Amino acid sequence: MRSFLVTAGAAAFVALAAAPALADPSDGPTPIKGVNTVGTSFLTAVPIAPEQPVEVDAVTGDYLYWSFPAEAGQRPELNIAVTLPPAADRTGSQSWTVEVFDGLRRRQACVAGEQSPVVAATATEVRLGCRLRQIRSWAEPWDGDPLPGTYFIKVSTELPEKDLGLPVGVTLDLTAPTGDTGADQGELSAPLFPNNKPGKVLTSTPAPAAEEKDESFGLSMDWLPDFSSRWVWTVGGGVLAAITGLIGFSWTRKRRV
Amino acid sequence: MIHRKLSFVAAIGLIAASALLGAAPAHADETETEPPVVELVLDVSGSMKAADIDGETRMVVAKRAFNDVVDALPETTQLGIRVLGATYGGKNKKLGCQDTQQIVKVGQVNRVAAKNAIATLQPTGFTPIGLALRSAAKDLEGAGAARRIVLITDGEDTCTPPDPCDVARQLAAQGTDLVVDTLGLAPDEKTRKQLVCVAQATGGTYASAQSEEELTDRIKQLVDRAAKPVPVTPAVVAGAKDCATAPLLDAGVYTDRELIGEHRFYRVAVAGDQELRASVSIALDRPLNRDYGILLKAATVDGRELVRGVDAGSGRSDVLSAGLRWSLTRDDEEEEEDGTAKKSTDTVCLVVSNSFASATAARAPGMPVELSIDVVAASQAPDAPGLGRGWLLLFVLALAGLVAGVLAGWLTRWWVAKWGVN
Repeated sequence: MRSFLVTAGAAAFVALAAAPALADPSDGPTPIKGVNTVGTSFLTAVPIAPEQPVEVDAVTGDYLYWSFPAEAGQRPELNIAVTLPPAADRTGSQSWTVEVFDGLRRRQACVAGEQSPVVAATATEVRLGCRLRQIRSWAEPWDGDPLPGTYFIKVSTELPEKDLGLPVGVTLDLTAPTGDTGADQGELSAPLFPNNKPGKVLTSTPAPAAEEKDESFGLSMDWLPDFSSRWVWTVGGGVLAAITGLIGFSWTRKRRV
Repeated sequence: MIHRKLSFVAAIGLIAASALLGAAPAHADETETEPPVVELVLDVSGSMKAADIDGETRMVVAKRAFNDVVDALPETTQLGIRVLGATYGGKNKKLGCQDTQQIVKVGQVNRVAAKNAIATLQPTGFTPIGLALRSAAKDLEGAGAARRIVLITDGEDTCTPPDPCDVARQLAAQGTDLVVDTLGLAPDEKTRKQLVCVAQATGGTYASAQSEEELTDRIKQLVDRAAKPVPVTPAVVAGAKDCATAPLLDAGVYTDRELIGEHRFYRVAVAGDQELRASVSIALDRPLNRDYGILLKAATVDGRELVRGVDAGSGRSDVLSAGLRWSLTRDDEEEEEDGTAKKSTDTVCLVVSNSFASATAARAPGMPVELSIDVVAASQAPDAPGLGRGWLLLFVLALAGLVAGVLAGWLTRWWVAKWGVN
């Protein structure tokens, strides 16, 4: 009986451990396969994961799209290097731009990085970068803050019309370090993943689904924040307060001679 | 004992395997759509005789590149090949401008047959690009979800009118998901302008090839990109001029066309405990004035604005997009607090408008609009964070402890002094 329980427990653990590894290709010790394709629109954006090497061939004037998932607390940062076509074929300066959009295709601000460098006609390479704000776990619906979900990367060029269509090489490096995960209390009911199913025009207003109320009082632990560095700070502060309390108490006592 | 250990290992292996197998299809069926189809359209007009690519004629180079591409094709690619200007060598423009044939039918490629068909091509006649595009679109009709044409030419259309750029825009407006990628073989300025215009009109790309290597690489790139399935085929919808007559949309992806300066209305039903998420993209498929903007507005049926999403830009771009989230606020809910608030369904109007301007091409067909709508459970507004962080927090807590300790000490001393007991 005992060995059965052990087996079942171990199996459950393995199953649990296997599930997230599948969901996120960035996990696990196996080396991550590189990506060498690119999309040309929001719908065809090629999904990539943090730390996954990306290397593609394209031409000047192409609009390049990738997408990646991000979670609350992360600060995604991307660095792009473009090998430019031979200077002899080019006639003027080029302006390269990297833009990041969230799952609702809303423009996201870059807080650091060279987002839109201009290179001279003689340059051989251009580097672009963008660091997003820390992803929040919740924001009001009217707010444009970065939220968990899909993010789209778009690389575009502004250049003399004569220089269109020349071959370039693009490498992209995405990292997503985790910052203060307990900064927000709330949680989004569903991450901003695009709902990619064909639309349907309705003929009448759908009746609101009569849902049963499953309010479980008392047993719910939702109010308890997940473990983060804030727990350490707060508990540490409590211990410190207790110690200083004792010190303060001792000051009011007569010293023994 | 050994048996027990073995069965233990086997059980873990089985369950891990089933977890792997069970999870994999769930990922796959999200993206399961019809395979995309590609048609290569090759110019075989007289100008392809010019021997200016690495000392060889354009035709020889193009043929070799095509053979390379056919060899490297993935098994699943649905490919067709059409030529233009390949048969009529005379001077009659009317006849020459009808000259386009499909030499490989769209389908899984028979490599030998495709190569044989390519080998017989001789550079001959006129360059009816507009007609070839129309015919290619017809070849791809009804096949697959996403349709892509790769147009390879060395010269401009010698059969205008119709202007191939107008033809491309019309074709894109007729159906959904027709994209024309263009490839110029050592193109001159006029050819380049025309090909860029055709690509822009359909959301495609333009590339120029000065060598055989560039040509082969680019065709392979385009076929690879085209071979990837598109996650969704948007449903065609026509937005209305006002909210009352606007189509009621379910969650999903839609496509529409909007003229410059036009407002298009759509309706979405959102229940009291739901959140509306909408995003819209307008593709810049024609030459436009430098600065432009897009506005997506959510409003009540009587016109009160709820929330808006905006974006603006300037210069060269393929698409401009905006998005919004909206859910009923607590205050609104309390107003109608008679037990119905949670269950009531609101109709929200979505208005898509733009501030594009064009000196040349403001007419129909409108610009392509992609609208994506989702309705999810509303998120709860949280309380303030329950836990703290940082040195200031520690300092305040320590100081409070100190003060509390001192007060407690004094209180105890006073207690002892007054009552004489400890």
